Amino acid sequence: MPQGRRDFLEQAGRWLFLTSAAQAALEFVVAGNASAAPNYNMHTHWWAMTIDITKCIGCGNCVRACAEENGVPKGFFRTWIERYDVPGWEMDRPDVDAPNGGMDGFPDKPAKGKSFFVPKLCNHCAHSPCVQVCPVGATFETPDGLVIVDEQYCLGCRYCVQACPYGCRYINPKTNTVDKCTLCYHRISKGLTTACCEACPTGCRQLADLKNPKDPVHDFLRTNSIQVLKPQMATGSKVYYRGLDGSVR
Amino acid sequence: MQAAHGVEGFLYPNEVELQWSILIVLYPYITGLVAGAFILASLERVFKVEAVKPTYRLALLTALAFLLVAPLPLQLHLGHPERSLEMYLTPHRSSAMAMFGFVYLWYLMVVLLLEIWLDYRKDIVQLSKTTRGPVGWIYKALTLGSSNVSEGALRADDRIGYIVTVIGIPSAFLLHGYVGFIFGSIKANPWWSTPLMPIVFLFSAMVSGIAAVMILYMVSTWMRKKPLDTRCVDTIAKYLFYAFVIDFSLEMLDLIHRIYEADESFHTLDFMVQTRLYMSQVVLQIMLGTVAPLAVLAATQLWTFTEAVRQRLYFASGVLTLIGIFAMRWNVVIGGQLFSKSFLGYTSYKMEFAHREGLLAAIALMILPFLLLWGLVKLLPPWPENEAKA
Repeated sequence: MPQGRRDFLEQAGRWLFLTSAAQAALEFVVAGNASAAPNYNMHTHWWAMTIDITKCIGCGNCVRACAEENGVPKGFFRTWIERYDVPGWEMDRPDVDAPNGGMDGFPDKPAKGKSFFVPKLCNHCAHSPCVQVCPVGATFETPDGLVIVDEQYCLGCRYCVQACPYGCRYINPKTNTVDKCTLCYHRISKGLTTACCEACPTGCRQLADLKNPKDPVHDFLRTNSIQVLKPQMATGSKVYYRGLDGSVR
Repeated sequence: MQAAHGVEGFLYPNEVELQWSILIVLYPYITGLVAGAFILASLERVFKVEAVKPTYRLALLTALAFLLVAPLPLQLHLGHPERSLEMYLTPHRSSAMAMFGFVYLWYLMVVLLLEIWLDYRKDIVQLSKTTRGPVGWIYKALTLGSSNVSEGALRADDRIGYIVTVIGIPSAFLLHGYVGFIFGSIKANPWWSTPLMPIVFLFSAMVSGIAAVMILYMVSTWMRKKPLDTRCVDTIAKYLFYAFVIDFSLEMLDLIHRIYEADESFHTLDFMVQTRLYMSQVVLQIMLGTVAPLAVLAATQLWTFTEAVRQRLYFASGVLTLIGIFAMRWNVVIGGQLFSKSFLGYTSYKMEFAHREGLLAAIALMILPFLLLWGLVKLLPPWPENEAKA
């Protein structure tokens, strides 16, 4: 179809406008801090995550998406998936595996009993033992409910790694500082969801804003049987599981 | 990767590598020697146990030599040692670790240096007048500009020194009890998390410090070809025995409590002690490092031996004690990281050799306090015959 000069200019202008808009948006996305998002008010949010165990198929999409989005070094995990196999009544000795953190999915294995997948990540605890022990306050709780590490300030003493009951922290060999899930702060502060939630094909993981009265999380918490990991640790965990079996550690 | 790390069962994927190495084993071991040596020194100064006087100055210098080295393993271990000053500048008040710098500085500056200076002031003034060359300048600097050794000034030194020692005893307790708290307050780790940890650390510190000073006194006396003050070593051995009985009782209390309570972590920890920690915990710490020296020390309290035999028995029990307390620190620090917080698996610790956190660095760090002590002893001789006459 022949294209007139007017059509060409109109189309080129549209591309030019869209490209610069995309560039501007990208700047915010890669900037990675809340202050770069001008309209974000951290006092109006209280972030959490819901995980529906009954929906997880152990595909590993979330682990791969997280690693790619956040440049997680090989062999370490900001999020991972565990496969549980609970043979009958022996709930205290479940058979658990997480090959490569579940990143590549799970090889077939005949189940001895009840089998299910448990995605895990930092619980962004409201009373974080990791925050409590950091000698310089390099790991801290944000007003919107996240536990974040300032890598410019972290000494690399690893006390927080010892204090985390969930094994969510590791030393990043590139920076020699501690690293962990940020709940994709650089994304959620721009109105996006986390990389793991976005990549989940079954909607097993959902980002939740507990301060938003319209967030479906409130219905989810009200209408389901909910549990957090290791409740006896009293850490104020904000990752809420539906269908969490008592054998899960 | 997991097989290469000696992994057995299930660990959370970030748990495979140990976070705290042999250098963190040295940290409580060294601070324990400091606290124990100081408490032995305070026996003479505050509790008037005159028999241990020959070791008073040696104990203080030993405490200083080890205290100067105490922060080094921590510095070497940090991912960013250049940021460690932040612990002083912007300490996080809820962190037990953040207080280390302040406890350390308090102990070093207010307690130990002050007490040593006050005790040696008269010697330093005399030496500054009689020694020539660079060493003489050092003595002159150490007088801090005061050459007043009048009777009144010395009486004031003594009174202040006494007060400093009285303050020093709870400070020594604080120094090592605090190290125990660093581990004991980690609720995520059942191997560490017990309110007994600070007090077990304290008594084990006293045991190791007393044993170390006893051995240093014996070796230095033999090297100087001087007669050993048997009454002194008898008394030290007696206090070592008493401290060890309390320490052993506390550790047994902890063990019995764990076995009887048998909480969710018990089977995991029990299996670990019987397998991966068997050599270091059962053989080295309990049998060789605790039961054996306790039995030897008990024998010296119950039966009469000749002086020469007693000395050998004390020496052997002192060496075994130091091995046992080192094994105890190892089992706390390394043992506490060998099991998964899921209680479903174990990893292993493979110590590197020529590495920042390897065996070579650890050996160098353990030699360093002895070199420092050698220098301190040369500069400030702790031997009774060198003491400046009143």
